[in-house]
Amino acid sequence: MPLNENEFRPKIVAFCCNWCSYAGADLAGSSRLSYPADVKIIKVPCSCRVNPMFILRAFEKGADGVILCGCHPGDCHYSTGNYYARRRMTLLFSMLEYLGIEKGRTRVEWVSAAEGVKFSQTMNEFVETIRSLGKNVRLGDLRCKN
Amino acid sequence: MQRIGVFVCHCGSNIAATVDVKKVVEMMKKEPGVCHAEDYPYMCSEAGQMKILEAVKEHHLTGVVVCSCSPRMHEATFRKAAERAGLNPYMVEIANIREHCSWIHKDMEEATEKAVILARAAVAKVNLNTPLQAGESRVTKRALVIGGGIAGIQTAIDIADAGYEVDIVEKTPSIGGRMSQLDKTFPTLDCSACILTPKMVEAAAHEKINIYTYSEVDKVTGFVGDFTVDIRKKARSVNSDKCTGCGVCQEKCPSKKSLNEFNRGLNTRSAIYTPFAQAIPNVPVIDRDACIKFKTGKCGVCEKVCQAGAIDYAQQDEIITEKYGAIVVATGFDTIKLDNYDEYAYNQSKDVITSLELERIMNAAGPTKGHLERLSDGKAPKEMVFIQCVGSRCSDNRGKSYCSKICCMYTAKHAMLIRDKYPDVNVTVFYIDVRTPGKNFDEFYRRAVEEYGVNYVKGQVGKVAPLPNGKLLVQGSDLLDNKQILKEADMVVLATAIEPEASVRKIATMLTASIDTNNFLTEAHPKLRPVESPTAGVFLSGVCQGPKDIPETVAQAGAAAVKAIGLLAKDKLTTNPCTAKPDELLCNGCSQCANVCPYGAITYLDKEVNDHGIRETRRIAQVNSALCQGCGACTVTCPSGAMDLQGFSNRQIIAEVDAICR
Repeated sequence: MPLNENEFRPKIVAFCCNWCSYAGADLAGSSRLSYPADVKIIKVPCSCRVNPMFILRAFEKGADGVILCGCHPGDCHYSTGNYYARRRMTLLFSMLEYLGIEKGRTRVEWVSAAEGVKFSQTMNEFVETIRSLGKNVRLGDLRCKN
Repeated sequence: MQRIGVFVCHCGSNIAATVDVKKVVEMMKKEPGVCHAEDYPYMCSEAGQMKILEAVKEHHLTGVVVCSCSPRMHEATFRKAAERAGLNPYMVEIANIREHCSWIHKDMEEATEKAVILARAAVAKVNLNTPLQAGESRVTKRALVIGGGIAGIQTAIDIADAGYEVDIVEKTPSIGGRMSQLDKTFPTLDCSACILTPKMVEAAAHEKINIYTYSEVDKVTGFVGDFTVDIRKKARSVNSDKCTGCGVCQEKCPSKKSLNEFNRGLNTRSAIYTPFAQAIPNVPVIDRDACIKFKTGKCGVCEKVCQAGAIDYAQQDEIITEKYGAIVVATGFDTIKLDNYDEYAYNQSKDVITSLELERIMNAAGPTKGHLERLSDGKAPKEMVFIQCVGSRCSDNRGKSYCSKICCMYTAKHAMLIRDKYPDVNVTVFYIDVRTPGKNFDEFYRRAVEEYGVNYVKGQVGKVAPLPNGKLLVQGSDLLDNKQILKEADMVVLATAIEPEASVRKIATMLTASIDTNNFLTEAHPKLRPVESPTAGVFLSGVCQGPKDIPETVAQAGAAAVKAIGLLAKDKLTTNPCTAKPDELLCNGCSQCANVCPYGAITYLDKEVNDHGIRETRRIAQVNSALCQGCGACTVTCPSGAMDLQGFSNRQIIAEVDAICR
């Protein structure tokens, strides 16, 4: 898709666990399953490594959406990490909604190493949702102005 | 401040065709900490790696960023290169601008912009990297093979021949697996038992191989080189040491109504049974659900007739705990359930059977003693129809999307064997495609058509309807002649799709081995590491990884064995240095990190600290780096922010977030 000056290009951070989702993203890549370039992936060892602080930081710095991808429940490389992530994110996301960040801007998705198609579909859907939500302005006053 | 070198790989045209690598280099030169940036066609080549070595020397680099393919491909390569240059290998970060950028985006401007951002994030991270030292862990020189089919047997023999102890855990009463149920094998028409049983005997007699049959894996803890496994040896109710395998108990057992699993439920067996004549070990098992003694307390016939006094009704399940360095999964397959395929009348007519059931019918030890006959009335069939791809290559959700791979060949085998033994039986095969890639495979299929006169019809069957006269009406289409076909058949054989054995899910969860949507175990790399699981120390053998025939299974079993041997041959393994580390001054000893740690790696110690001049004794978390696997659960749980993960520290990840959102 060519760049259009006026088009809204969201900033999206995707945290992917090393064992399932990052590999799923690699499979999406080697299978040439495209998704918008707005998504930038950060590799973490496990979804449970994602501190709510990282997500707040992303929104503070101007991210329009944050997605966390991990192994399917029961398939975590570290046995239980994704359960912690799920619980933490449920709390965080409801707090973010309370602060005025729409629910659609945050998402947790389970993507296995074999699910390149799912990774690409999820990212396409997520970007679509963020585009329809528009720029994340609700946290404007909380954002660092420097 | 670091002195960082950025190296942008073209990967031939894989990256350079979509990403303006020169622009990425120019942009990176402006990043804080970067004092050298260059691009090169193939960074992973020896010449490419030399670029890193030279730049480290010339520019006194302290950190390296390589913008290339996924770190899953070449992170190790570039870390080694950095090490050769005298840098700590953990001062290298990879920006994945191929899988996550050039391969999925088409627009150059867009892809270049993203590549710059990904590179920027990697630079931001390296700015905060610290040198890390890998530790060492020991290797237990013993392997566990889960599954005692041909895959497991071959893997065990190969590992044992290299001089290592191997345990096979098999959940049924005998090793042998699916192959022991087959009558003949394609394309040579060898008798399956004749080639399998010598292997079974070899495994059983091998001094380095220990076989646990009628046993299951209950629990797995630990990690590569040092797994601890609980094996549940289910109560056989027969003392294996005393039993002579005479078989009198099975003859005299009054409960003979249990479905014979080995014969796919086509006939019955006694409550005390060995699954088949060549079973190893030749020690029967009492099926406690069927045994009259266990159900009513009365009977005890087997105990009375057993000369050896081997019957032991009081036997209990036994848990054996053993340590292993490597684990090979060889759990095999089963055919799918046909509940979603009512149109083939499998549940309505006894004369509609699966190919595996036909295999038992054709076998001399099977329910019909090897005579081809209808199960409904025992009559010899005159007209047989084979239906291919039942549940395979399925576009809806009823079956499997994949090709089961073996069906085309075994159907040609069945057709050929039937035409050879019963020349008056007409055989028709309905197929979508005939797939025969493999040595001497297509020749075999052509023989079925040309020499044995098997009638192949390209087209699918819509319905099989039982007729009042006992025959089956097969309604199909002939796509080549573009006409509908109505055929009255005496027997219909369904080439049923294969799927991984149901127990593999539980085993994969215990091993934290990755599994795909069809329950096949995922390999570490689909092409270059096909017998390794992404979980270190776990290897894949046979159909648990994907559909395979016997030669491929045996080849893969050998490959898995070599990989396991390669691991067992090492005395020490280097461990991942990206482990959790507490800040002693911030830790308040609350124990929350220890509560979430899945490995029990965190303990507490009363330690004297010097907190800005105040010396006092505090309870402080200690991480055992040999046990810590670096998941990071503790780092987020820690309320005081004392726990951090080396290599993925809070500051590093925040630096990446900032670089992306800048």
